[in-house]
Order: sequence, then structure tokens, then C-alpha cells
Amino acid sequence: MSALTPIAPGLWTDEAEPRLIGARRADGEIVFPMPDGDAAALVEPVALARRGTLWSWTTQGFEPKEPYSGPQPFQPFLIGYVELPGEVIVETRIVDAAPADLTIGMPMIFAVVAFDAERSTYAFRPERQP
Amino acid sequence: MTDDVYIIGAGIHPFGRTDGRSGRDQGVVAVRQALTDAGIAWPDVEFAYGGSAAAGSADIMVNELGLTSVPFINVANGCATGGSALTAARNAIAAGACDIALAVGFDKHPRGAFNAKPSDYGLPEWYGETGMMLTTQFFALKIQRYMALHGISRRTLGLVAEKAFRNGTLCDHAWRRSPVDLDTILNAPMVNDPLTKYMFCSPAEGAVALVLASAKKVRELGSDAVRIASVAFRTRPEGSFEVFAPSISVGGGGKPTEVASRAAFEMAGIGPEDVSVAQLQDTESGAEIMHMAENGFCADGEQEQWLAEGWSEIGGKMPINTDGGCLACGEPIGASGLRQVYENTVQLRGRGGERQVPNGPKVGYSHVYGAPGLSAVAILER
Repeated sequence: MSALTPIAPGLWTDEAEPRLIGARRADGEIVFPMPDGDAAALVEPVALARRGTLWSWTTQGFEPKEPYSGPQPFQPFLIGYVELPGEVIVETRIVDAAPADLTIGMPMIFAVVAFDAERSTYAFRPERQP
Repeated sequence: MTDDVYIIGAGIHPFGRTDGRSGRDQGVVAVRQALTDAGIAWPDVEFAYGGSAAAGSADIMVNELGLTSVPFINVANGCATGGSALTAARNAIAAGACDIALAVGFDKHPRGAFNAKPSDYGLPEWYGETGMMLTTQFFALKIQRYMALHGISRRTLGLVAEKAFRNGTLCDHAWRRSPVDLDTILNAPMVNDPLTKYMFCSPAEGAVALVLASAKKVRELGSDAVRIASVAFRTRPEGSFEVFAPSISVGGGGKPTEVASRAAFEMAGIGPEDVSVAQLQDTESGAEIMHMAENGFCADGEQEQWLAEGWSEIGGKMPINTDGGCLACGEPIGASGLRQVYENTVQLRGRGGERQVPNGPKVGYSHVYGAPGLSAVAILER
């Protein structure tokens, strides 16, 4: 993975087990991603939990128009929302799963994965129970 | 509010694809039809509001309609463009600024799903680059969870689409005029699970114009009028789950549709049980199902029985989307919300022909929903 460049800076932490970086507002509410511009001064960065539960999911069966810039030829992918308990529900790619594997409420774990030959992005995958 | 406001004329340019005619020219066709229907001429219009999302400014229409010096305000409010034009036209009359006002909406979109620009919605580029900025995904993600929580079956999603295409066959302004059977709908290619290609509406073209008038003018003209009992347009409340949302609050929140619906019922002084016919935003099959509950017509999960029993069919206890809705008409953004009001006007006047709701409907309810989380509800009374 070391050869890949993150799709954008500041989305996840640079550590052995990376975490998404959210933003805590003055009222305690956490949002993702960190806002930019003037709004950034009003929030505190917060590293989010690596584990959560599946809130919802869907397939992306057709190639999105611009600004989508995924690898060619287009490969259908899964996206969904993962609830990080007590923090926030984040929208994410889902990897290492087929639609039949997914059930709302199942445990999910964070991962940084290849987006294309040059770039990495974040995702969650089902957490296999030992 | 000083006085009641009425719709006295309604015009529509057929929805779908009209090669060789611009969106605005479709708007002009709708305006002329609405003026004829109202029994007035263009110089009688004292105030005009209109717009489109992708087909240019409305006020240029004066080139075709006549240079009468009418004040013409362009409305650019995304999916609420039509609803905003209607709200403004109604308020102008209610405020006593004029006796006759026009609301017009039109559009013409390229084929395929809408492609939104992240920066237009205050979102970072990577959100679009990674393929997460699609309206179709939002609707799929919302109904996927709703089905799991409230026991809605895939068959029910299919029944909504089947009804839309069946109603579309009876409607001369609809785009899709052929029935599609349930098996074909359920077995069609999946666009975003659980929604197949027949469960989604498509961007399209079309135009709608409505002529509004004061009570005084209605008496003067002897119009075939329908009263606007209320119009409520609301943006999203804290914690709501909307299209283009990289994150959602764990605490949950309200919904713009619920807020707009409550306000519209309160203003009209009636409840969901008083409604005889409804046009609900059906960007896809699941949206109609969820919007039935969000607008107060049933409890979460009861839609399963509603669709099985045919309660939302034209002959049912509360017909929904009698002209086939967005599924059969397509979605020209600037015109779509006004199409719903047009259809309710047709129904309350008893001019629905083959698709007429029986027994003289008295109350028509329309609901539009769109990005980035807004909703407009209009209630008409006969």
C-alpha cells in the first residue's frame, strides 16, 4: 500500500491501524469529513472508531458520470453507511463482501484500500468473527 | 394572508422527450394552454414566477408571449423550483399585490442519471471521484434500511412501479405509456440494490404552467377554480438523512417532508384522512412507499398492505400518483413539482377522463422532495 497516494489528504490518520478523521462541533455532534474553509475553525478533529455496524448498503451497478474517476473498465462496487457507536454514521465503500453477505447491523471494520493503480481510499469490510 | 387564492388555469407540455423544442419553448406551450384554460390573455397576467434547473431563465419567455412589461421573477431552486414559483405566486396574490399571477416550470435534461458537481453542494472532490455522489444511491440506501426495519418486500417495490406504468397508459401527458408487468420489473437489471431499472424515474423534459387568481377575479371571470388551501415549502431540519450525505447523525432527526407536511395540514386545517387524491414524490418505487408514511397517510410498514390491497390505485381508498408520477412521466426538475399540482387540479375539476378518480374528489395533496433535502407540499380544495 505504501506506493499508493491517499485520494485526499486528511481523511484518515497516518498510523499502523489508521482511523477516519471526523470533526466534533461545539454542540458535541460529530461529522465526517473535516470541513474546510471558515467552518474548520469551529470544530475539533477527532479520530473515529475502527469498528462499527452496517447501517445500510447498496450496489453501484452502472458507471457514474464525472466526476467519478475510478479504474477502467468499470467494476460494480458496494457502498453503504457504517454506524460508529456514539460517534457518527459514515458513508463508505464496502469491500470483501457480496450483497448476499450483508445484513443491516452486522459488525464492520475499517480499512484503507486501493482505489486505482495510484490512489488509495477508505472502506469498511465485514468483520469476520473468530 | 388577506384572501383565498385559486388556480383558474392549468397547462402542460407532454413530458418525455421532444427533440427540436427547447425546454423554454415547452414552457411557452404550457403557458398558452394555461391562459386559454383560464379564459384570459397574456396581458392580463400581473406577476409571473418561473424557472428551470437546466433549461435557462424563464423571463426570456416574454419574447414569445409578449412584451407587456410584466414583472417576471426567475426562480432557481433545484427540485423545489416549481414549488417555489407556486409559493411566490400565491403569496403575491394573498398579499394583495395583484389579482392574477403565473407560475411556470420547465426543463430539458440529457439522458442518464444526474451528475452533480461536489462544489455546488459544498462537498469535497473526492466524494464525487470515488463514486459516492449519486442521487440513486441515496434512495437505495434509504429504502434498503427502511425495508429491513419495517418489513417491506421487494414485491411491494415492484407493485408501486407496476401501478405507475398502468396509470401512465391512461394519461396523455405521461412519457411511459405502456404497461410493464410485475415480473419484468422485479427481474430487470439492478441499478442500486434493491432497485431495478424499472423502479427508477429518468431525467426528462416537460413544462407546466398554472394561472392563479384572487377570489375577486374568480367571481369576475366565473372561473372553474380550485382553491389553494395551503402551500408549505421547507428545507431540512437538524439530523435528517439526505441525499449527498458523507455522514449522518447517530442521534437521528426530523425529515423535511414531515415538517412541510405538518405545516401544510395545519395551514389547511385538515388531516391526512381528509385527502381524496395524492401525488407523492416517486423518484423511485421506495420513495413513494416512504413518503406515504412521511406525509402521514399510513404508519411505517402498513404500505405492504396498502399495495397488496390496491388502496393507492385510482379506484382505491386514497389514489396515489394518478398520472403515473415521476416513474411514468420522468423528471424534468423545474416542472416536476408543478406537474403534481396540475394533476390534482385536473382531478378536482373532474377532467381526468380515463384516469379520473371516482366520486368527485374534494381534496388533492401534492408533495415534492429533492436535493439537498427540501420538500414542498400543496393542498388543493374544491
